[in-house]
Amino acid sequence: MDKRAVFRSWWLPTAFALPQLALIALFFYWPAVAVVRWAFTLEPPFGGSAEFVGLANFRDVFADPLYWNSVVVSLTFALAGTLSTIFIGLVLALAVDRQLPGSGAVRFLYILPYAIAGPAAGMAFRFILSPERGLMASVNSVFPDFWNPAKYGSHALILVIVVFAWKWAGYTFIFLLAGLQSVPKSLTEAAAMDGSGPIRRAIDIQIPMLAPTLFFLTVIMMTEGFVGADTYGIVARTTDGGPNHGTDVMVYRIVEEAFRGLNYSGASAQSIVLIGLIMIFTFIQFRFVERRVHYK
Amino acid sequence: MIQRTPYADAFTYVLMALGFLLLLGPFAVIVAGASQTVQQVNAVPFNFLPQNQLIVNMTAAWQRADLGTAMLNSFIMASIVTFGKVALSALTAFSIVFFRTPLKHFFFWIVFITLMLPLEVRVVPTYAVAADLFEPIRLLIAWVTGITVSIEWNLLNSYAGLTLPLVATATGTFLYRQFFMTLPDELAEAARMDGSGPIRFFFDVLLPLSRTNMLALTTIMFVFGWNQYLWPLLMITDPAYKTTMMSLVALLPAENGTPDWNVTLAGSLIIMLPPLLVVAVLQRWFVRGLVSSEK
Repeated sequence: MDKRAVFRSWWLPTAFALPQLALIALFFYWPAVAVVRWAFTLEPPFGGSAEFVGLANFRDVFADPLYWNSVVVSLTFALAGTLSTIFIGLVLALAVDRQLPGSGAVRFLYILPYAIAGPAAGMAFRFILSPERGLMASVNSVFPDFWNPAKYGSHALILVIVVFAWKWAGYTFIFLLAGLQSVPKSLTEAAAMDGSGPIRRAIDIQIPMLAPTLFFLTVIMMTEGFVGADTYGIVARTTDGGPNHGTDVMVYRIVEEAFRGLNYSGASAQSIVLIGLIMIFTFIQFRFVERRVHYK
Repeated sequence: MIQRTPYADAFTYVLMALGFLLLLGPFAVIVAGASQTVQQVNAVPFNFLPQNQLIVNMTAAWQRADLGTAMLNSFIMASIVTFGKVALSALTAFSIVFFRTPLKHFFFWIVFITLMLPLEVRVVPTYAVAADLFEPIRLLIAWVTGITVSIEWNLLNSYAGLTLPLVATATGTFLYRQFFMTLPDELAEAARMDGSGPIRFFFDVLLPLSRTNMLALTTIMFVFGWNQYLWPLLMITDPAYKTTMMSLVALLPAENGTPDWNVTLAGSLIIMLPPLLVVAVLQRWFVRGLVSSEK
């Protein structure tokens, strides 16, 4: 924004921005207003216009144990997904950054899972980690009922987290590798001169230097875990929110309540809570970006 | 390298191999399973060796889920979404960066706030807008003039409905904005002294310079468009418009029927292929787009 803007006109930029602004107004703001309206009103079951009910919808939502279940599931999903993607991405980025022969090829390959749509990956994983066939069947034949995501909610939750981690590890890898490449070579070289090996250098120099990237990825992945488009698709196509609401993440529950339960008011109240959460994440993310720009 | 570290090098290779197994292993299972017969794919333990049934299974999957229609629709959808995003976000970023008007801050924030409104949380009312696009306009006319007009435009079951709500992009706009801000001020000033107006400057100077940016944006947005799941699911009820992500359900083995996961895997492999190819072939641009758009 600090750039010296050169052209003087108000109607021309408006005309240029208008196509996108019109789409945003129609498909973002207008619906967002409707969400707020619905969250505070209730449509009578037998027709008639919606009545203002204040916070009643929120009270109903917060009184529902299934809602709190979805909060816990989402939190578990987002936390476990974030930690595992960042851990895998970090370890692989540190390994690839050593630039041994062959690391160029694996660098190329690690990114590939990120191209796959969550729902498509989810369906493949239904086979790969199925209890009756694929990879886990052999384990199950030795220890019966060791792994059954169709029966146990906790196993199903692990399954969707695995799908999420598989897809997004390549993404964190890209950012962490880019971050490592901007760590000054003189630092690692000086440490090597002082006799520290690669692992000591990773722990004492590279990972601390990556702190901004790690923080940024944590926020991004938490947001993705809570409201990402892929999160919905993964859950829908891998477990359908089940078994017994074991993978009923917050976004899945909102869409289900709205389109299957036709409970627009309840779904909208839940949406408002989620929007609040995203606002917090976005705020943290941009505060941090400001700071990084400042110190550069 | 600065040091000879044989043990650490060996350890590094072990880690890289583990990462390879973890991230590429699932592809191996999918390809192996997709090339086996029903008996082979259900065998315990699983056989990782690909067999010779790949084409047979792919053909079966293609017919079962009507993938011809779905692939074409997904391609059309992803292309329109990509083109729309690349074009409209360039226009918006231009108006935000190169004009001296207080409106530009307003535009910036309008675009910024969309980041906080993902589709999942506004899905029902967005659907309602798409089902009746002129409702806001009708209400506005009724409010301003008191006249009730009855114009309607229903976007359900159309390419417009499939793509228009997905075209607005904060990511793309900020990517261009960032790039525009790295250009020296003198560029626009020189253009102005040479007598070019803003429109000419945009088309003749800015767009050619943005080629790298556009390519990077195109790759990430194509993958984004192809992988859309929730929106097509709601928009489309007419099988003529269904996309690949909607065909996934049709690919699943029937419950209590033959567990022909080989066909399911072959079908999902077909569906995964286009974005996979884009990322594999254009990886340089894809990575550049990702890394620079998230800053």
